[in-house]
Amino acid sequence: MANNENIEIKKLTAKDFATDQDVRWCPGCGDYSILAQVQRSFPDIGVPKEKITWISGIGCSSRFPYYMNTYGMHGIHGRAAAIATGLKIARPDLSVWVATGDGDMLSIGGNHFIHTCRKNVDLKILLFNNRIYGLTKGQYSPTSEKGKVTKSTPYGSVDYPFNPVTLALGAEATFVARTIDREPKHMQEMIKRAAEHKGTAFIEIFQNCNIFNDGAFSLLTEKDTKEDHLLYLEHGKPMVFGKEKNKGIKIEGFTPIIIDLNDGEHTVDDVIVHDEFDHSAARTFMLAHLSDNPEMPTPIGIFRQILKPTYNEGIDEQIKRITEKKGKGDLEKVLFSGNTWEVN
Amino acid sequence: MTQANGKKVEQISEVTVMFAGDSGDGMQLTGTQFSDTTAIVGNDLSTLPDYPAEIRAPAGTLYGVSGFQLHFSSKDVHTPGDSPDVLVAMNPAALKVNLKNLKPSAVIIVNSDAFDPKNLKTARYESNPLEDDTLTGHKVFQVPITSLTSNALKDTNLSTKEVQRSKNFFALGLMYWLFNRPLEPTLKWIESKFSKTPQFIDANTKALKSGYYFGEQTELFTTRYTVEPAELPKGIYRNVSGNEAIALGFVAASELCGLPLFLGSYPITPASEILHFLSGYKNFGVKTFQAEDEIAGIASAVGASFGGSLAITTTSGPGMALKTEAMGLAVMTELPLVIINIQRGGPSTGLPTKTEQADLFQAIFGRNGEAPIPVLAASTPSDCFYMSIEAAKIALKYMTPVILLSDGYIANGSEPWRVPRVSELPTFKKEFFTDAETFQPYMRDENLSRPWAVPGTPGLEHRIGGLEKAHITGNVSYDPDNHDFMVRMRANKVKKIQQDLPNLEIDGDKEGELLVLGWGGTFGAITEAVDLARNNGLNVSQAHLKYLNPLPQNTEQVLRGFKKILIPELNLGQLARVLRGEFLIDFESFTKIKGLPFKSSEVYNKISELLGGSNGK
Repeated sequence: MANNENIEIKKLTAKDFATDQDVRWCPGCGDYSILAQVQRSFPDIGVPKEKITWISGIGCSSRFPYYMNTYGMHGIHGRAAAIATGLKIARPDLSVWVATGDGDMLSIGGNHFIHTCRKNVDLKILLFNNRIYGLTKGQYSPTSEKGKVTKSTPYGSVDYPFNPVTLALGAEATFVARTIDREPKHMQEMIKRAAEHKGTAFIEIFQNCNIFNDGAFSLLTEKDTKEDHLLYLEHGKPMVFGKEKNKGIKIEGFTPIIIDLNDGEHTVDDVIVHDEFDHSAARTFMLAHLSDNPEMPTPIGIFRQILKPTYNEGIDEQIKRITEKKGKGDLEKVLFSGNTWEVN
Repeated sequence: MTQANGKKVEQISEVTVMFAGDSGDGMQLTGTQFSDTTAIVGNDLSTLPDYPAEIRAPAGTLYGVSGFQLHFSSKDVHTPGDSPDVLVAMNPAALKVNLKNLKPSAVIIVNSDAFDPKNLKTARYESNPLEDDTLTGHKVFQVPITSLTSNALKDTNLSTKEVQRSKNFFALGLMYWLFNRPLEPTLKWIESKFSKTPQFIDANTKALKSGYYFGEQTELFTTRYTVEPAELPKGIYRNVSGNEAIALGFVAASELCGLPLFLGSYPITPASEILHFLSGYKNFGVKTFQAEDEIAGIASAVGASFGGSLAITTTSGPGMALKTEAMGLAVMTELPLVIINIQRGGPSTGLPTKTEQADLFQAIFGRNGEAPIPVLAASTPSDCFYMSIEAAKIALKYMTPVILLSDGYIANGSEPWRVPRVSELPTFKKEFFTDAETFQPYMRDENLSRPWAVPGTPGLEHRIGGLEKAHITGNVSYDPDNHDFMVRMRANKVKKIQQDLPNLEIDGDKEGELLVLGWGGTFGAITEAVDLARNNGLNVSQAHLKYLNPLPQNTEQVLRGFKKILIPELNLGQLARVLRGEFLIDFESFTKIKGLPFKSSEVYNKISELLGGSNGK
């Protein structure tokens, strides 16, 4: 008989989530940080590791499941969200996570992405956005800026990029956040918050590809520029940024403007206060589009978090309701249902 | 025999009836009702709905004609009949489209009200066929169905349009009188169908009865017909279409294997009905996911399979093409999955509502890399039930995707089915792997099948995916020898399924001059043709393949027993090429690609041509 006194629930550590496989991303890749932050935050999400499943598509980011000591499937290009949706519907008891990239999720997998958000399938989606195709060696991606010179666009790309956050919001995702590979604490916080959320949780992670698109986010990551270009969204806090914490976002009409808190005219009371739970998406969209203007800072944090029943819950609820109404299915009864007749 | 009202009753052994009208005339419903009632009075039967791809094509057009053909008999029936003996034509277009296919001196019942100048013009008739010699040789009955229906319903408060909707019930009532069938089953159906709109119960009941009494009272008809019940094996019967049988088959398979059923699917003709049926079985715990596209349909099924469901996806040719890559993923991850293809006319969008068997190559070969998948094909509507269970059984035992082929003809066609008791069905309980001590994701049992360890099992956390797997450990491997080994392993695993397959049966002599070999939905036409040939003194054997990859173990032995082998297929000879490649045996390929099933006479003529005047003995 087991000695109960010796049984203690051992809290998992980051190491428990590491596999014996060699991590094969390029040295210096931002993916290492994402892996580390996931492994560091997972002991805190309160889910036993056998209940966690990582699903991915194809691309550098999609090797992620191999490095997580949970259940996992490295799927096919673009289809991670669809595979994960099937898994979550079949197994609502699991915590299902998707690792994907800007090519995988926003180009070939765009359809699955918007429909997963729309349905509010209870999945956690981590989009590693490096604004480039890495695994195919450097073509522009749907998040590359217009004019991007790459192997496939030697004279510059002529199309416009997606903003993944506005796309997710437009598709009605119930949790939308952004973080950066070089902000480990912030990323851990976002991961834990996503884990707590019930419904589609989407995190865009700015991730540096030091081989094919090095420095794509340097304004937001380098010491001398980041404070003037990053806006940390915190619920209930005014949107203040800048080295001196002297700049704020004010809404004039429908337009956001930057105000100087030290100009004697404005105070922090003029600055809008972030509300993650705002049901109206209008202000959230305005925030998500903020960085369209190069003068404006780029927000990171949780843009929006609202609650509504998930798709998988809807399916289970319906099964429960119909089963209560009709009684548990009886195979023989169904086979012999409808217009039957007897031949003697 | 003469009845009290002076009408003759003629006993006939079999008849083929065609109901035809505009696609909005309710001909499918009329045909289905007639079939159900005919089944209940004990005839064997087979049906063929034939409808246009347009939902409501412009009224009166030739391309808007919707038909429902039904063959019923006091003997065994295998096809919906080559040519109708009786045509019910609700308008000139319906007459024109079906006329060329009628038997000589067929009975034609037309809705004479519909033969107005406008409809005649739309049907491209230069003169009224009821007035010229177009119908010479046929027995034509002109019934003003529209005005008789209006008259019967004049006391109801329905609009003219609503009254017109009941005219198919008038036609049905008349046919019930003509073939001596009871009204009760349809009356019962009307009551339950329109329980929320009592005014339609009233109207449709009146129309149905008026049609019946019209037959009795009018002097137009002097003869009515009876078809005696067929001698069928004892048991409880129901009519079943192929698509319904597939839905029931997988509900049954789910119960028999003890795993919940998951369907990931995207609507496509002619497969959507399976999604419709299965979405109604919620109290069996069936989970249906109408996905955003065909790819998500199968991808979600792969996910559900990883999670431990009996996962399936349903589609037709174009959807099959889209699912190809995910099938490869299921091959590589060695997860159980059934992919159901209800074949239709191709390529591309092709003939969405018509039947064809041209996806055999696609099923056997249509993937990148060496990606073997077992392929099964159902041969009749009710066989769809048993082949669905077979497909699930193989998928689970061998941890492999399985393709189940059906086609538009058997999917929409129906036949009486002796319903099996659950105790007559096989059980194949599937256990998940749970032993953390010995677990390796790609270790294999005696059937070369790998263990199925589902998420949620402590200590068995593992990763699978589309990259080549190392033998046993399942780790990613680029090793050339390992790849060679694994490619052969997957091929051998599928080959090994042969051990479970029933032998290919020969109906008739085991050796001889001619074997007719078929697969899939051509079974009925071939069987009827072979029966006819034998009745005419020809010696011909028949075999039908239900397992196309791998083939039954005795296939070659069967084939070697015959001097000639005729393979009728609704494609350009795909099975013939597969078998030629496999066995270096030559075949007589008989092909037809018209979007229509074989007529048994076509197959019969080919048989008799091949026997070249000899009787095959």
